[in-house]
Amino acid sequence: MEKKKLNKTTKSNLITYGMVLAAYLIVQGLIAGNLLSNLMQGLLVPLCVYIILALSLNLTVGILGELSLGHAGFMCIGAFTSAAFTKATMDTFTNAGLRFFIALIIGAVCAGIFGFLIGIPVLRLKGDYLAIVTLAFGEIIKNIINVLYVGIDSNGIHFSMKDQMSLGMEPDGKMIISGAMGITGTPRQSTFTIGVVLILVTLFVVLNLINSRDGRAIMAIRDNRIAAESIGIDITKYKLKAFAISAALAGIGGVLYAHNLATLTALPKNFGYNMSIMFLVFVVLGGIGNMRGSIIAAVILNLLPELLRGLSDYRMLFYAIVLIVMMLINWAPKAIEMRERFLSRFKKKEA
Amino acid sequence: MALLEVNHLNISFGGLHAVDDFHVSIEKGQLYGLIGPNGAGKTTIFNLLTGVYKPDEGIINLDGQDITGKSTIDINKAGIARTFQNIRLFHQMSVLDNVKAGLHNHDKYSLFTSIVHTPKYFKVEKTMNEEAMKLLKVFDLDKEADILASNLPYGKQRKLEIARALATKPKLLLLDEPAAGMNPNETEELMDTIRFVRDNFDMTILLIEHDMKLVSGICEELTVLNFGHVLRQGKTSDVLHDPEVIKAYLGE
Repeated sequence: MEKKKLNKTTKSNLITYGMVLAAYLIVQGLIAGNLLSNLMQGLLVPLCVYIILALSLNLTVGILGELSLGHAGFMCIGAFTSAAFTKATMDTFTNAGLRFFIALIIGAVCAGIFGFLIGIPVLRLKGDYLAIVTLAFGEIIKNIINVLYVGIDSNGIHFSMKDQMSLGMEPDGKMIISGAMGITGTPRQSTFTIGVVLILVTLFVVLNLINSRDGRAIMAIRDNRIAAESIGIDITKYKLKAFAISAALAGIGGVLYAHNLATLTALPKNFGYNMSIMFLVFVVLGGIGNMRGSIIAAVILNLLPELLRGLSDYRMLFYAIVLIVMMLINWAPKAIEMRERFLSRFKKKEA
Repeated sequence: MALLEVNHLNISFGGLHAVDDFHVSIEKGQLYGLIGPNGAGKTTIFNLLTGVYKPDEGIINLDGQDITGKSTIDINKAGIARTFQNIRLFHQMSVLDNVKAGLHNHDKYSLFTSIVHTPKYFKVEKTMNEEAMKLLKVFDLDKEADILASNLPYGKQRKLEIARALATKPKLLLLDEPAAGMNPNETEELMDTIRFVRDNFDMTILLIEHDMKLVSGICEELTVLNFGHVLRQGKTSDVLHDPEVIKAYLGE
């Protein structure tokens, strides 16, 4: 009995990994066959970023059961810390691959630390209140980075929140973050392959976590806080763990995003709350707590506006219709019933 | 020395003196009943014993250890597990995972192991699965191990809650109205299960119940509560024939 259960979850996880790999191979084939326009190729890395963010947010929303609207903020931290590292060490650190790897670790760890620190006050709240406070924190992060000036010279690193002059740097100094101008001149290192590898890493972390002692504790808190406490699960500790891991994964998405651009700025369009809402749309449409669904929703909702380009003016109308249809298929009780009936017939055949 | 020793327990909510000078002493291995009319303070006492409320006054001693005012988590680690009057399961988790969550503080590994699934993960998970299945078998739930807890019928949900509480390896098990909503057959079956748990797990059980058949059938000693204070305490048969108890609770 238990063997079978283990197999079932493992099988479902393998299907998810396989799906990502298959999609990767198909896209590689399309690129090799020159069937993918430059525009579409340019969308691939952002798509990977969105998938990673959707997975990371699904850990908070679906597994921890708390609504966070500040994930773009954690992504922002991952993006800026890693890009700052790359910019600062660009001339001295010549091994580009290793430098990217270290930037990745730095981005994830910094975002994770911020997730932890923000989580301490924020996770005392629940539901709508938590959502609004995370939203505010996300905006705060973005706005602080927008006025942050960081430079490096022979005396070390200088910080300012005013302007470049007040850094008081030596003539040999180099600007790393120039306020609203952001970080410029970083190499574009992110590729579709790196993106897919990072998606797989994110999936690995999330799926493994769900099937573990820590994951069970987190889900127990989600399902019934009082009962979880009564069996000796430390609520605060596991909420913080989940939130910090989720933030770190969002940071990884940010690293990928930052290294896909030559100029990184903290604009509302990049890291604003509408971005966080978009991630939430992926999670909700794909199914809360359903990792495979998040990936599919992120892919469909990202490619759709491009695929519908031919419809010009009616594009957004179709987009809205698809949103509504996906919502109905996923959540309408009758649709769920129908889907289950269909699946059970399928399963019987299998047996 | 008794396993559970409670003295001078008091708590007020605003002007309401919900529990007034409660005291009880339960020996190891005993099946002890707590009865009384609605609003007498029975569940409040459970909440005091498990640290949900902090008492205004009084001492709670478990197995020689003072647990007064400790957190729910520490009290569970010290050895008190409970079930709830309104069932509180982890609905979106499988029956097996519900019990495995109960093993949380006994079969441990680190967060790193959780994420990477090192060989230690597989070893510990295997022991957990075996322990959890053993418990589920006791409650005749082993065939439902895979299904979601919310899909279990009512009676089985009650049993799963007891199984989950037992998974934390307590010294004292608190059952809050275990027979609520059960039909006479299910109650009969539940009585057997409770006796079985006491005998096979070497457990001490304190239960709140309104079903007099269950109370008189399995409890060895009783405390009757009325308006927050102890009305009578003693052997079940003596207490249930006490005229004052009959007047306050059972009706003449």
